[in-house]
Amino acid sequence: MKPATAPRGEPLDERLLLVDPCGERLDDARVRDLEELLRPGDLVVVNDAATLPASLPATSPAGRAVELRLVSMVEEDLWWGVLFGEGDWRTPTEHRLPPEPMAPGERLHFGAGEGATVVEASPISPRLLSLRFDARGEELWSLLYRRGRPIQYSYLDRGLALWDVQSAFASRPWAVEPPSAGRPLRWSLLLALQRRGIAFATVTHAAGLSSTGDPVLDAALPLPERFDVPQATVDAVTFARRHGRRVVAVGTTVVRALESAARPDGVLRAGSGTTDLKLGPGFRPRVVNGLLTGLHEPGTSHFQLLRAFAEADLLERAWQHAEEHGYLAHEFGDSSLVLCS
Amino acid sequence: MRIEGKSALVTGAGRGLGAALAAELAARGARVVLISRSREPLEQVASSIRRAGGQAFAIAADVADKEAVCGIAGSAAALAGPIDILVHNASELGPTPLRLLLDTDCEDLARVLEANLVGPFRLTKAIAGAMALRGGGLVLGITSDAALEPYPRWGAYGVSKAALEHLLRIWGAELAETGVRFLSVDPGEMNTRMYHDAIPGADPSTLRDPADVARAIADLVERAEELPSGARVAASITAGAGVPA
Repeated sequence: MKPATAPRGEPLDERLLLVDPCGERLDDARVRDLEELLRPGDLVVVNDAATLPASLPATSPAGRAVELRLVSMVEEDLWWGVLFGEGDWRTPTEHRLPPEPMAPGERLHFGAGEGATVVEASPISPRLLSLRFDARGEELWSLLYRRGRPIQYSYLDRGLALWDVQSAFASRPWAVEPPSAGRPLRWSLLLALQRRGIAFATVTHAAGLSSTGDPVLDAALPLPERFDVPQATVDAVTFARRHGRRVVAVGTTVVRALESAARPDGVLRAGSGTTDLKLGPGFRPRVVNGLLTGLHEPGTSHFQLLRAFAEADLLERAWQHAEEHGYLAHEFGDSSLVLCS
Repeated sequence: MRIEGKSALVTGAGRGLGAALAAELAARGARVVLISRSREPLEQVASSIRRAGGQAFAIAADVADKEAVCGIAGSAAALAGPIDILVHNASELGPTPLRLLLDTDCEDLARVLEANLVGPFRLTKAIAGAMALRGGGLVLGITSDAALEPYPRWGAYGVSKAALEHLLRIWGAELAETGVRFLSVDPGEMNTRMYHDAIPGADPSTLRDPADVARAIADLVERAEELPSGARVAASITAGAGVPA
């Protein structure tokens, strides 16, 4: 499938593939049709994480230009990140030069005296490092926003600004890549849905890296991700489920947050946590009935997650249909709604 | 809106009304993010709030810079939590002594609009969507009677404030169902550097103390639900706040 190579004009005009696991049907629609496709009483849960400028150009101890892609925050000034050798997003990640190995105590420099010290390398890969920044608090956020750029991949035709990757309801900057399923949701659509009696709730989920080009690292994705489920969302979900209403997740991150926050009996708990939950065939969702998401290729971890909601056969047909009918892939691409109609 | 426990962001918080309002919100229990272009006065205001037992975070940034806005919104939410109260206080007068419109350079008008209108638009766009999904929040714009009266020589500033008021009025109408409220607050004539820049030689004894005005504005925040969203209100100083109304 071809990727969308840049942000497009009106997101409501983007395509939406309806995947109905109950009727085993596929139908073509547009994002704006969600206004009619969702039903009064449905609860739509979005990820309100803002996207960080998580790609930081840096200088290695040997003086080489490297790129640090932030993965997750451990403490205010302690982060996991993946190191890439010389080059930038224009080179496909799998062709990027490997960085020189870095040992605990060695320093990365970001310029103007700003730096970070390697604390440890992950057993998963020597490129996955935990780093302690010199700066913390306001100074660290200022450094990230001044030096960082949005993480992006080589199929895009231009460099992205932070404005390009924020959803229309972005709040705390926890995501290192855009939680892109929510990207096409314009406020005109959200307000129209609200008027029709569709309810909304939020989680904050630290969407992580989707690819590093390093086969060992990629096999370990998604790495543990931070999430927060507010009490208001627990109340809304509890109400919806008690009344037999549908809970629709916007994006795989919302599925992971809600299913991670649920007890085995399906009771949802408010609060923050870290999840390494990997959904797949055989996982019975306890909270979520379906999801709005991108188009996911068979074999990827996102495709595996969808198998918790639909049979592989239907999802493979969906991918094939989307490909034959000119749907576009990736974060600025088209969407699918996997939900029983 | 109850201020205690909320996150507030105040632009132009390095001095004058912005500094006083940040201190007042912090004193009432808000976690306050202070924004200003110059770091030093900002750090001083933040330190004095912390010394008084309040929570304050200082971010040096220019609200008129499009590229800075996502960083302001993101840093603020990271440090203080999702923003509940957004105060557009930073303002630009344009060149002083103030000029007639026919003497105003095109670039100077653009700069004033960028700081007083487009900046607040961008920052609200970056923050109010999350407020609306959470079902509440308050966006407050500091305005001026120059938005209503065609005072000669106040053209660039007056136009920008009139437009800011209308921006917040339209926003109030568009988001009426979401619980997010918008207000324009006229603080009156205050003893601030901006006022003395605009009217050199003004008698300070005839001007209001920004700290008194800040208390009046915080009172307005606490009863924002009683006011129609989008409304323009005067920050009237009550006897309790030290100065007779």
